[in-house]
Amino acid sequence: MCVALPGRVIALKDRKATVDFSGNLVEADAGLVDINIDDRVLVHAGCIIQKLTEEDADFMTEFADYIRELEA
Amino acid sequence: MNNITLSHGSGGDATSKLIEEVFRNEFHNEYLDRMEDSSVVPGGKRLALTTDSFVVQPLFYDGGDIGRLSVCGTVNDLLMSGAEPRYLTAGFVLEEGLDTGLLKRLVHSMAETANEAGVRIVAGDTKVIEHKGGKDDNPGLIINTAGVGFLDEKVNVGASLIKEGDAVILSGNIGDHHAAIMKERLSIRNEKIKSDNAPLNEMVGRLFENGIEVHAMRDVTRGGLGTVLNEFSKESGRDIFIIEEKLPVSDAVRDFSALLGLDILYMGNEGKMVCTVAARDKDKAVDIIQKSRYGEGAVIIGYAESPATAGEGKLILKTGIGGERIVGPLYGEGLPRIC
Amino acid sequence: MTDKEIAEFLKNYNGPDVSLMEICGSHTAAIVKSGIRSFLSPHIRMVSGPGCPVCVTVTSYIDRLITLSEEPDNVICSFGDLLRVPGSRGTLEEAKACGDDIRMLYSPLDMLEQAAKDSLHNFIFAAVGFETTAPVYAALLENARKLGISNIKLLTSLKTMPEVVKRIGRRMDGYLLPGHVCTVTGFGLYEPIAADIGTPMVAAGFDAENILQAVFALVKLKGKGVVKNFYPSAVTAEGNKKALKAMDRFFEAGDASWRGLGMLGNSGLYLRRDFSDFDAGSRDLTEDRENAGCHCSKVITGQEKSTDCPLFGSTCTPSAPKGACMVSREGACFNEFINR
Repeated sequence: MCVALPGRVIALKDRKATVDFSGNLVEADAGLVDINIDDRVLVHAGCIIQKLTEEDADFMTEFADYIRELEA
Repeated sequence: MNNITLSHGSGGDATSKLIEEVFRNEFHNEYLDRMEDSSVVPGGKRLALTTDSFVVQPLFYDGGDIGRLSVCGTVNDLLMSGAEPRYLTAGFVLEEGLDTGLLKRLVHSMAETANEAGVRIVAGDTKVIEHKGGKDDNPGLIINTAGVGFLDEKVNVGASLIKEGDAVILSGNIGDHHAAIMKERLSIRNEKIKSDNAPLNEMVGRLFENGIEVHAMRDVTRGGLGTVLNEFSKESGRDIFIIEEKLPVSDAVRDFSALLGLDILYMGNEGKMVCTVAARDKDKAVDIIQKSRYGEGAVIIGYAESPATAGEGKLILKTGIGGERIVGPLYGEGLPRIC
Repeated sequence: MTDKEIAEFLKNYNGPDVSLMEICGSHTAAIVKSGIRSFLSPHIRMVSGPGCPVCVTVTSYIDRLITLSEEPDNVICSFGDLLRVPGSRGTLEEAKACGDDIRMLYSPLDMLEQAAKDSLHNFIFAAVGFETTAPVYAALLENARKLGISNIKLLTSLKTMPEVVKRIGRRMDGYLLPGHVCTVTGFGLYEPIAADIGTPMVAAGFDAENILQAVFALVKLKGKGVVKNFYPSAVTAEGNKKALKAMDRFFEAGDASWRGLGMLGNSGLYLRRDFSDFDAGSRDLTEDRENAGCHCSKVITGQEKSTDCPLFGSTCTPSAPKGACMVSREGACFNEFINR
């Protein structure tokens, strides 16, 4: 339902950001987030809907622990 | 003469002036210069004939223009039947008000491309119609080109000739032309994305010169690779397998298509061909294409097999995570999808 | 566990049958594109849910858009997918072919420039979508107010997810939560729902590996009313507060009519009365005339498969769709059809 793609903010002026997706530069609205230049963000329909955290989650390890607990 | 008017299509003096000023110098050759009602050209072999109309907007895009496209499109169609392209005709439908300077640039681009592709434009026509667009739209034009090519008696290629074990070879990155056009329309900036519009004479010529057993060839235009390979599977009755990880796509085009929700398998190109060759010739064929102009990125992307039920061939994509899916032809227009 | 081990587990799974719903249409499209269905064990059934805005839009909404497009003062702007959805008297694509000014845009915000340049026309955006897209419309209106552009309106068909998940409830053994909806709303609001129906839910991203991990988790968690977040780079428990605030400023919750589900209390968003100047008449668009024989409604609620519908593949195909599920690139029937 909701196509959104991660990109990097390369310019920011008022509520307008320029976001880079592998060289594709798109003007996106930045009014729904607090961001800075170089942040990674998620863009949906020309609008930044979230700032992405860089940390790649180790949720699978966590989840495996959780399952082990359940099954124990 | 700054702009085209209806009188330029009248057939009278204004038309003659337009031909003199815009077309004759660029397209001049011994056949066209006679300016008869039709051109009489030498030839006697089997002929390949094709025609195509070009309506692309914008008229100029990164990497090309409608003039270059109108030559490449028809030349490549001739090449794909195994013919050597020789003669083109060019029909112009101009909207009144069209900037003559712009027309000259396009005609020049056509002449250059025809020269590159080794074809002569031997007949032409110009008509002028009222400007139908809204007041914001600039007057445009439509170009039709028809082409004639000569075929050697031995040459026989077609999708129905695809054999079990054939290798499927793609001549380079897909999606570039489609993305180059869409970026202009949707104001996404990307300097890395350029149209691939190009005549493919060299790679095709060398494949035949080197005796490669080519069974089927198509240029991957509208409808994209998915549609062309569906035609291959349908007409040959074979399953065509393609391997997702082997499909050549630039990062820029991959992200561009993801942004708009376009499927790369259905994005158009204007300078890429896909062919199937006998398995024993596959490495040699890739090497030949890679060493030809516009073929640097050629790769084997898949193979043909006999299907489970005889005659019912499908196009099957082997996905990166080890799955398979059937790829159908493009349905509807390749619209950007958001949701 | 490695991705390979997860894939092996899901191939060879031989436990009790599980039906899992991917709520979001983008998940449906990703699952099909990556070929996941081709190797899942026959004991794991993936069901496409109602999270395709085009698929749950009622016919009266399309009819209203076409009526609006027929007025010479109006320009209708829309995302691509909506253009081919049949209302009770044709599609927007057909109206466009007859000369109505209907424009396909990548972003609703692109309408600002067009409307500013052409003050003689009303620019109406076909504002369909869920919680992911609603804040984008809020951003559009914030910009329009700031720039003093008054010839912009929305015809809304905005829906929210929690009520529909409650409605389908225990019919499923697990839910793949819509990743980008959760980006905005957070996954926290699904915790009481999961606990109440005793069904696991996993918020997931859209690459094939992430989806497989989530499916694996749902199979493992069968019968447990918990929510897990497998998309932590974009999804948090509380979501994007600033986006939610912008949404709340312009929109209020209300009952909404869903194709196939009928009226669902509190499952829609409408422009608040203070902003009714921006509304092109979105309230009360409830009537839905599904084509005779079309089973879209049963398909998107997991009661039937696409192939159970008598129209599927015979009179209803992507080239001539009878139901919205066959139109959308994210529709259950479209995806079933192209992979036959």
